[in-house]
Amino acid sequence: MEQSGIKTIYFDNAATSFPKPPGAVEAVIDYMTRVGGNPGRSGHARSVDAGEAVFSAREAVAALFGVKNPMRVVLCSNATEALNLAIQGILRPGDHAVTTAMEHNSTIRPLMEMERRDGISVTVAPCPGGRVDCEELLRSFRPKTRLVVVNHASNAFGVVQPLGDIGMMCREKKAVLLADCAQSAGIIPIDIKRDAVDIAAFAGHKGLYGPTGTGGLVISDDFDFRLIRPLKFGGTGSNSDSTYQPDFLPDIFESGTLNAAGISGLNAGIRYILSLQDGVRTVQSHKRDLAGYFIRKAGECVEGFTTYVAAELMDTGVVSFNIEGKEPSEVAWRLAERHGIMCRSGLHCAPLAHRTIGTFPGGTVRFSFGIFNTPEEIDIAVGALQEIAVEGGE
Amino acid sequence: MIDYSVVLFRSPNQSIWAARLLKKAGIERRMMPAPRNLTSDCGYCVRIRSIDLERVREVLEKGGVEFLCIEKLA
Ligand SMILES: Cc1ncc(COP(=O)(O)O)c(C=O)c1O
Repeated sequence: MEQSGIKTIYFDNAATSFPKPPGAVEAVIDYMTRVGGNPGRSGHARSVDAGEAVFSAREAVAALFGVKNPMRVVLCSNATEALNLAIQGILRPGDHAVTTAMEHNSTIRPLMEMERRDGISVTVAPCPGGRVDCEELLRSFRPKTRLVVVNHASNAFGVVQPLGDIGMMCREKKAVLLADCAQSAGIIPIDIKRDAVDIAAFAGHKGLYGPTGTGGLVISDDFDFRLIRPLKFGGTGSNSDSTYQPDFLPDIFESGTLNAAGISGLNAGIRYILSLQDGVRTVQSHKRDLAGYFIRKAGECVEGFTTYVAAELMDTGVVSFNIEGKEPSEVAWRLAERHGIMCRSGLHCAPLAHRTIGTFPGGTVRFSFGIFNTPEEIDIAVGALQEIAVEGGE
Repeated sequence: MIDYSVVLFRSPNQSIWAARLLKKAGIERRMMPAPRNLTSDCGYCVRIRSIDLERVREVLEKGGVEFLCIEKLA
């Protein structure tokens, strides 16, 4: 990829993926130039076509998560909005929630806000080495535990939690399980029915290769969605004779005009992944290969190269590392400025995860690989890190 | 003259779902604005040929799409 003359390498796919696959950009353009209507609002062809594009995206998301009814896909503007809808929608004053020590701020902040504001209580189950301690998790349950919130895959360290085990536990304890799949959707095969997940949140712009401004909630086929209170109220294109919010999916949670342009791109992004031979599995094995190759090669060639979690736990193409004696921000800056390599340094909106792993407050440098990255790019990056490792300060 | 009926839904989302299922089943259908006299909703309805009525009912029920009613178009 060329940017102002120098060749660039993009290793920041966990923040948002780039480039987008064939068809995703074209789908946005097609919506903007040919379709153009407000989905579900009018009877003319532009509105109908927009509605079809949005519906097609719901079907794609439903297929990806193993949900039968496409109406159980609620479209939001990002994973954060979806997580807030679920967390704020389910918890009531006096409730107890359980979560993990690997959470992103998009789950722990709404929980802490509700603790401060609404008098809920929160227990954070420890995650030694990155994986949640299931016995501790089980001990965290109380009679008033209504919700369990689990980061499926860590944006900071790429560690994946055992959703199925947690799902079984929640069923037994009659608690709702909300999985934050922002870093796993499109990267790890997910089947929410098998894993007994009640609600899953996804980001459309990361592993699903849609544009920014897309994301949503997937509500399992047999979960009583009326347990979730809407976060917003307004026009839905349905029940227009009533001044009250509709009580059916997805309208109950989808007030206001949807991001039809973005959702059209998201639809194409997901369909691209589903069209790969072996679909999501292909993505996962490619990312695993890249991460494994990078860790091996950097470990051999870069002085002071350190990673923080067991290699076999890094399952999503995310690798957090440091170079001994170097500030993460300085490493990232030099990679970008001198070598055109784009990545993210710091705490990655996940101070809890960094505390758990022992990299708080300094943080790490994070490489997050995407489906279009190559071993050759990793070779270049390792070369750059070798140089940075032996350079003095400026 | 072809004899048409319309299927009415609670929401545009349901009607789009229905239209797609009917298309897949090879049933002639058309989305159109819901006639004022039949619903106070602002969205669509799906127009079908009255002779397909039973098949339509079957496809929608099998697909899990909820519809309000099917009405003959005057
Ligand atoms: C684990 C995790 N959860 C939630 C989010 C929030 O996603 P979004 O930026 O789409 O709201 C992110 C993105 O950074 C994430 O990595």
